[in-house]
Amino acid sequence: MRNRDYLIFILILLGTGLIPLPLMPLEAGGFYIRVLTVILLYSIITTGLSLLMGYAGQISLGHAAFFGLGAYCSGLLAVKLPISPWLALPAAVAGTALVSYAVAIPVLKLKGHYLAMATLGFGEIVYVFLKELDWLTGDPAGLIGIPPFSLGRLSLISSESQYYMTWAFFSLVLLLSVSLINSRVGRALRAIHGDDLAAEALGVNVSKLKIQAFVLSAVYAALAGSLYAHFEGFIGYTTFNLMLSIKLVTMVVIGGMTNIWGALLGTAILTALPQFLTAFKDYEMVVYGAIMILVMLFAPRGLIGLILRRKRDEEAVA
Amino acid sequence: MKLSYFLQYLASGITVGSVYALVALGFNMIYNATGIINFAQGEFVMLGGMTMVFLTGALKLPMWISFIVSVMSVTAVGALLERGAIYPLKGAPPITLIIITIGASILIRGASILIWGEDAYRLPGITGDRPIRVLGASILPQSFWVIGVGAILMGALQLFQRYTLFGKAMRASAADSEAATLVGISPRRMTLWSFAISAAIGSVAGIIITPIVFTHYNVGVMLGLKGFCAAVLGGLGSFMGAVVGGFLLGVLEKLAVGFAPIGYSGYENAIAFIVMLLILFLRPSGILGRGEVEKA
Amino acid sequence: MKRGLTALIVVGVLAFTSVLCFAAEEYKVGAVFSITGEFSSLGVPERNTVEMIVEEINSKGGINGHPLKVIIYDTKGNETECRTLVQRLIEKDKVLAIIGPSLSGTSLKVVPLAERFKVPLVSCAASVKIVKPVKKWVFKTPQTDTLAVERIYDYMQRHGIKKIAAIYHANDFGKSGLEQMKKLGPKYGISVIADESYAEATDVTSQLTKLKAREPDALICWDTSRGAAIVTRDTRRIGFDVPIFMSHGIASRRYIELAGDAAEGVIFPAGKLLVYDKLPDTDPQKSVLASYAKAYKERYGKDADTFGGHAWDALQLVIKALKEAGPDRAKIRDAIENTKNFIGTGGVFNFSPEEHNGLTKEAFVLIKIVNGKWTLLE
Repeated sequence: MRNRDYLIFILILLGTGLIPLPLMPLEAGGFYIRVLTVILLYSIITTGLSLLMGYAGQISLGHAAFFGLGAYCSGLLAVKLPISPWLALPAAVAGTALVSYAVAIPVLKLKGHYLAMATLGFGEIVYVFLKELDWLTGDPAGLIGIPPFSLGRLSLISSESQYYMTWAFFSLVLLLSVSLINSRVGRALRAIHGDDLAAEALGVNVSKLKIQAFVLSAVYAALAGSLYAHFEGFIGYTTFNLMLSIKLVTMVVIGGMTNIWGALLGTAILTALPQFLTAFKDYEMVVYGAIMILVMLFAPRGLIGLILRRKRDEEAVA
Repeated sequence: MKLSYFLQYLASGITVGSVYALVALGFNMIYNATGIINFAQGEFVMLGGMTMVFLTGALKLPMWISFIVSVMSVTAVGALLERGAIYPLKGAPPITLIIITIGASILIRGASILIWGEDAYRLPGITGDRPIRVLGASILPQSFWVIGVGAILMGALQLFQRYTLFGKAMRASAADSEAATLVGISPRRMTLWSFAISAAIGSVAGIIITPIVFTHYNVGVMLGLKGFCAAVLGGLGSFMGAVVGGFLLGVLEKLAVGFAPIGYSGYENAIAFIVMLLILFLRPSGILGRGEVEKA
Repeated sequence: MKRGLTALIVVGVLAFTSVLCFAAEEYKVGAVFSITGEFSSLGVPERNTVEMIVEEINSKGGINGHPLKVIIYDTKGNETECRTLVQRLIEKDKVLAIIGPSLSGTSLKVVPLAERFKVPLVSCAASVKIVKPVKKWVFKTPQTDTLAVERIYDYMQRHGIKKIAAIYHANDFGKSGLEQMKKLGPKYGISVIADESYAEATDVTSQLTKLKAREPDALICWDTSRGAAIVTRDTRRIGFDVPIFMSHGIASRRYIELAGDAAEGVIFPAGKLLVYDKLPDTDPQKSVLASYAKAYKERYGKDADTFGGHAWDALQLVIKALKEAGPDRAKIRDAIENTKNFIGTGGVFNFSPEEHNGLTKEAFVLIKIVNGKWTLLE
């Protein structure tokens, strides 16, 4: 079990590390690498969501808020104080972690639809506050002029440098998550997903673990947010809306909540898919909605579920 | 603070509140019968308004016929949603149903863009559009219609649920579907009916609010979300709660905007969600609720 | 003999087809608009206009014999999406120039891309920040929101209006408008004594009541048709009887249809397109406007509006540059920058190295709505 997980991790690491190389010399290489960067960036978030939803059994329809908080926090610190992006990143992550902790305590007492709506409400509230932040950012659309990361004299603005930086963090996040799943904590999480009361009876501190899973997923999202802010140079509040939260959850669910690889699969497919569907641009919403419905009807365990259907999998949690 | 200002805020709050109340009624209909939160509820409202505009505008059908055809077609959409996407998934975990209804919402909106485009449309008020002055506050005549219809629907739904065999059958199947089956009730049929009725309510709401809000493909999203907040506020599962919650939420929103210092109205949208979060934390069953709340 | 003839024919056919291929080499231009989403009322006419122009140009033999191909992508008003699409246009589709985006937020986002990859970008968005400070590769065709506010303030100053209240939609467009209103006020002796915003336009009487209490001389509303119509209706409803001024965001029939009688007397700046038939024949823009308006109406059955006009201006500028300079990004950029006296729908453009918008406030006229129709005020 654990060996296989680490093996898959190494494969993914190598695969994602090597894939830009054949693309770089291509004329449109920069564009392809940018799409891959976005996939990895979202994967950081969805890995966290997968831990929260697939393993701990919670729901969050407001994760774009943590992504946005990480981005704005990091960007503002770097622009206003100013401090180096390398310092802004951990600060933003820490700040968002605190916020998520405060939110988690009351919210995670709810379950099912109520939890979903509570997280959705939180996401909307954050969205409104980010929208009204122009007194601080100085610009009605968002925040301009965010400095990029730099190593010495070299600014990391090329597609390739941004990709590998994302890749580095993605690998860390993935490694951490895989280790977590295969540890006692991971098994405790899965016990919670199975049955709260039984887990409590077995000595698992249910509420503490749920909160920790929530905060961890928020930390991942904030990390991705900070990276995003310093890569793009300009962030607009409209990015961090309900639709993004829904998309993130959809990536996890469609890929498959039963394990982490599902989240990665779902993220890759849903991020790359629109690029192939530009011919059907008018139909995008219809297609997206249809995919959500059809996958839930015919592959409720997600696409990973289809792939793993044959195998007896201990990790499969209902 | 002049009295007329306060009254205007109140009037404004009652106007939007009645809209929220109608949406909340639709949520409760489905929740009562199935325990599902239908994220596509707002789209039923949107479809009601859009089809009505289309039938009276492009096809130039008379009001009454358009109304009936509108409601029937949206009801059909609701039934289709249930049969196509909910029925096959009995017993699925909440997350699956949430994704499905959200997916349906996106799909319906996308289809609406394809059919009608992205423009906003308007209908004339039933009794005209000249505002009525009440104690210094101005109210659109259509608002009275919205309030009136809301009250009638609430009353009808209460009676239906409590006194008709059908309504009792619905409550029975929601309370315990196995037991209900034993006495000859088909929970599957009840679910279908609940979606159909909910869609009908939604479409009626959509039709009568169009003179006020000017319908367009996206109008259902915020209305749906705030309608849900209203339902939670009043107590999920209670029809009277939906109405109380709706009006209360609307009034809270507009009073907050009214009393806030100049320049802070941009936060208006956050109010509904803050209220909802507070209720969920402090008294999850809502003001009038008696339904079960899953707490950890 | 026969072999020689065959060879001649083969060579001839090859030469002929290669000439055809060479002559048929497409000129590729990219376009990004917000076709779906909240701002589709901007993106849809822009896309329609572009498609119309492409058809027309190609039916007449293209640009110097080369067919024009415009690759249009939908940003959905989303900045991340827009940036990815612009990068796609530049690197994968290898376009010679890009027109759009429709919105200020998305435009600001892709300005660094245009600069970095050295691709001329002609934006269709309002914010003055797109071209000030000037960026080498970035131009824009719409009149800036600065010009719109100045036009209104200029009128107000001459009519003794000193204190105004502002109400706006709490989004990019509205907030940017407010920013300009506050910034330019002192120059015209006008003070914005109160401002309120709304997130969802359903009933804005609360906000308007607060503004009414401050007793301003006039009200400015900054929003597009639907929200602006609700504001107009609610303003009149509560007996808030001051003159109402609007932004150029309501330059569409839809506003009048939705607002109904309440729209009577509303004044707003707009490009001359809306009132082209009321312009004197001596106006240099009249014939361009008339032919665009008629062609659009004929093709799409709807009235042309200024948003489509911005796309018209942008694409025509690029086409003109292509004609003069050929398929070279740098040369196209230079050609645009040196364009003088270009008669567009938004105004008469004069570009220079310092001026990448090319318009002055004369590009706007003030329109007053009388009896449900647009009339030229000045």
